[in-house]
Amino acid sequence: MQQHTDTVHQTQPHTLKASDTHPIQVQQKWYANLKYMIIGMLFGIVFVKSEVISWFRIQEMFRLESFHMYGIIGSAILTGMVSILLLKKFKIKTMDGEPINIAPKTFNKGQIYGGLIFGLGWAMTGACPGPLFAQIGTGVTVISVTLLSAIAGTWVYGLLREKLPR
Amino acid sequence: MGIIESLKQPWPWYIAGPLIGLTVPMLLIVGNKSFGISSSLRHICASCLPANIPFFKYDWKKELWNLFFVLGILLGGVIAASLLSNHAPVEVSPKLAAELAGYGITDYSNLVPKDIMTWPSLLTLKGFLLMVVGGFLVGFGTRYAGGCTSGHAIMGLSNLQWPSLIATICFMIGGLLMANLILPLILIL
Repeated sequence: MQQHTDTVHQTQPHTLKASDTHPIQVQQKWYANLKYMIIGMLFGIVFVKSEVISWFRIQEMFRLESFHMYGIIGSAILTGMVSILLLKKFKIKTMDGEPINIAPKTFNKGQIYGGLIFGLGWAMTGACPGPLFAQIGTGVTVISVTLLSAIAGTWVYGLLREKLPR
Repeated sequence: MGIIESLKQPWPWYIAGPLIGLTVPMLLIVGNKSFGISSSLRHICASCLPANIPFFKYDWKKELWNLFFVLGILLGGVIAASLLSNHAPVEVSPKLAAELAGYGITDYSNLVPKDIMTWPSLLTLKGFLLMVVGGFLVGFGTRYAGGCTSGHAIMGLSNLQWPSLIATICFMIGGLLMANLILPLILIL
């Protein structure tokens, strides 16, 4: 058997395809990620200045007492929608010249169960995952415990994943 | 009013919403990345404590951008609070203020209520439920749902994904239930 596979290897050596050495495929250095840190910074500033990360604003939203959060989420979706439409229509490429590629989402019941569970936590903490990071940044250090707990929640989900209804 | 002075005011929704929405094309153009934040929690698990769990066995280093992105969000919080703050209390609807006063929540000097979310209150039942249990539900729920407000509500709906619509509706139902029916019971503890 061993001999057989060896023969196979000799007769069919692995050929290096052109795509293997294409610049896009090359592993980028860690500092290439700094651009995402800068986008995150701008995003974090908007989060704080628009009070998206405010526990009070989230309570207002779920009590239907203010339009503020609905205006933000609604106009963000609209902007994203128009942007993606334009990116697709004009076949805009990434800065590296790659075609833009968005993975489609598939439905499973997790979106219902998980969605409800997240909704409960959202109204308790007054924060989704992004705002947790921004809240810590504004100096509310106790939210790091909430973040650690959210990481623990993710970990427990990973542990139980196979046993959960989907 | 100067530029810096106006930046220091709270920003209206019609400025903030489109700016948040623009993150979607920015990430796509800069590096073909789909906007989503809750995945960062998974990458932290995979990098720090994979514990041989199949869900955490993947090449998280390829997703390092996401961790840089959330680090940036944290730094954005630092910048906004230190350089762009006018230190005015958060304004909320009078109706909410009246309701919260009934629970002893009257401090609006911070974006999170100092009356219930501080280090000492972690040791109270109310604080533990809100910050620790609440955080756990956020982490567990977003991963179970496959995304959060950014990945589903903004990125998913922007790309017309109907599973994201279902997830977003469920986020809202969960939040409505908690804020109106369950949270009042927690806040009187």
